[in-house]
Amino acid sequence: MVDELSFSNEISNHMYASHGEPITNCLQCGTCSGSCPAVEFMDHTPRQIIGMIRADLKEEVLSSNTYWTCASCFHCTVRCPAEIDIADMMYALKRYSMWKGQFKDGLIGPDFSEAFVKMIVNSGRSFEPLLAATYLPKFSARDIIQEGLMATGLVLSGKMPLLPKKIKGLKKFQQMVRRIIPIGEPS
Amino acid sequence: MKQYAYYPGCSLESLGKSYNDSAMEVAKALDVDLKEIEDWNCCGATAYFPVDELLAYTLTARNLAKAEKTGLDFVAPCSACYKNAFFTNSYMQKDADLAEHINYALEADNLHVSGTARVRHLIDVFINDVGLEEVKSKVTNPLSGLHIAPYYGCQILRPRKDHEDVENPVYFEALLTAIGAEPIDYASKARCCGGSLIISNRKAALDMVRILLLDAINHNADVIATTCPMCNVNLEVYQDQVNREFGTHYSIPVMYFTQLMGLAMGIVPGHLGVGRQQLGTGSMLAFAQNAKQESNL
Repeated sequence: MVDELSFSNEISNHMYASHGEPITNCLQCGTCSGSCPAVEFMDHTPRQIIGMIRADLKEEVLSSNTYWTCASCFHCTVRCPAEIDIADMMYALKRYSMWKGQFKDGLIGPDFSEAFVKMIVNSGRSFEPLLAATYLPKFSARDIIQEGLMATGLVLSGKMPLLPKKIKGLKKFQQMVRRIIPIGEPS
Repeated sequence: MKQYAYYPGCSLESLGKSYNDSAMEVAKALDVDLKEIEDWNCCGATAYFPVDELLAYTLTARNLAKAEKTGLDFVAPCSACYKNAFFTNSYMQKDADLAEHINYALEADNLHVSGTARVRHLIDVFINDVGLEEVKSKVTNPLSGLHIAPYYGCQILRPRKDHEDVENPVYFEALLTAIGAEPIDYASKARCCGGSLIISNRKAALDMVRILLLDAINHNADVIATTCPMCNVNLEVYQDQVNREFGTHYSIPVMYFTQLMGLAMGIVPGHLGVGRQQLGTGSMLAFAQNAKQESNL
């Protein structure tokens, strides 16, 4: 019987390509938290999240908004004295929580990411208006009106196209995608 | 003429169209040929990594494979596309197992990455391949006295690509000096604009934008110059929302570095997408006009 994976190993397993130092090297110095421009909007600071992973506080980590509040600015990554790729660890935590299907209520990030992936797989290109449907329902009435006014301004000034684009080689593109993730048979 | 495999990215076809227009105009004037990669796909941006890491790299690898076929350097004007392409390329060079997985998927599209392409940001091409002396020689309307806040943002700098200075870079300032402008010195030049938090955590992103605007304005910037369509949108299009949220009255133009280069090089503003901004750039145009009259004296 194999020993059960520690939580920090589970997270490391979600960092396949990047090769930062392991989370267990963390010194708890707090340079990441001090460098983070979004820290005041996080339930736990990056330093705390790393400490919580190492303490196997899985449920607490899964219900934290911290990694969904990471803007991927990579300040923490370039400053970490233990050379942990912390911003990439935040991505690993997002992947872990998507994989578990467990995240804090009311977050827009998980739905947005999922919709984004579906959009790319279907067309090969990104198209902003299609994504609005994933986040507008979670906005307040006031924010929806603001977003509408802004989008109207963008369309009128010619900044926002009204029709989505598709790549030409979509069929082969989707065959390529299918070799990585199962997206069902071609229609 | 220098040639590059150009990857505009999705934003440059919509919100960042003026970036693409001005990049093309400036490139032409500097004898640089940006050859668009044939039938490119979305790089995955930042929204892709939360779902599947391998697929995120594969998406970018498809574009890299197409660039490799041309034998030209891969050039992206968007910092997020640039970062994704740079690391996909470098991880594939270093990690044979990763490269094998990705190339197996690419095979379905008759493509292959061997890691031979160099991945560059557009500003790097203008500064290091064309050179600042050459840029200077093309300036007809030097933007003398215009205080520009060089805004680097994040992913053009971080994570570190090579041995460059990620804490206090100065190349953007050097470029702005070459077009006759006065770059301002302010602490937030590499602070984050919020990126995609503008969608997923509006409140946090607006506060991050507010801090940047405040710092640039406090240092007497006339305009903020950007190197990325995401930064440009957050700083420009959401300025109104910052004002409503925080009761501020900011109104500072935000322009792509290529638009400012184009104005200094005497290119017709309409061709640079100047005037398509949400915030008035009339003061910038007046400035470029004056500069021209003065240089004609």
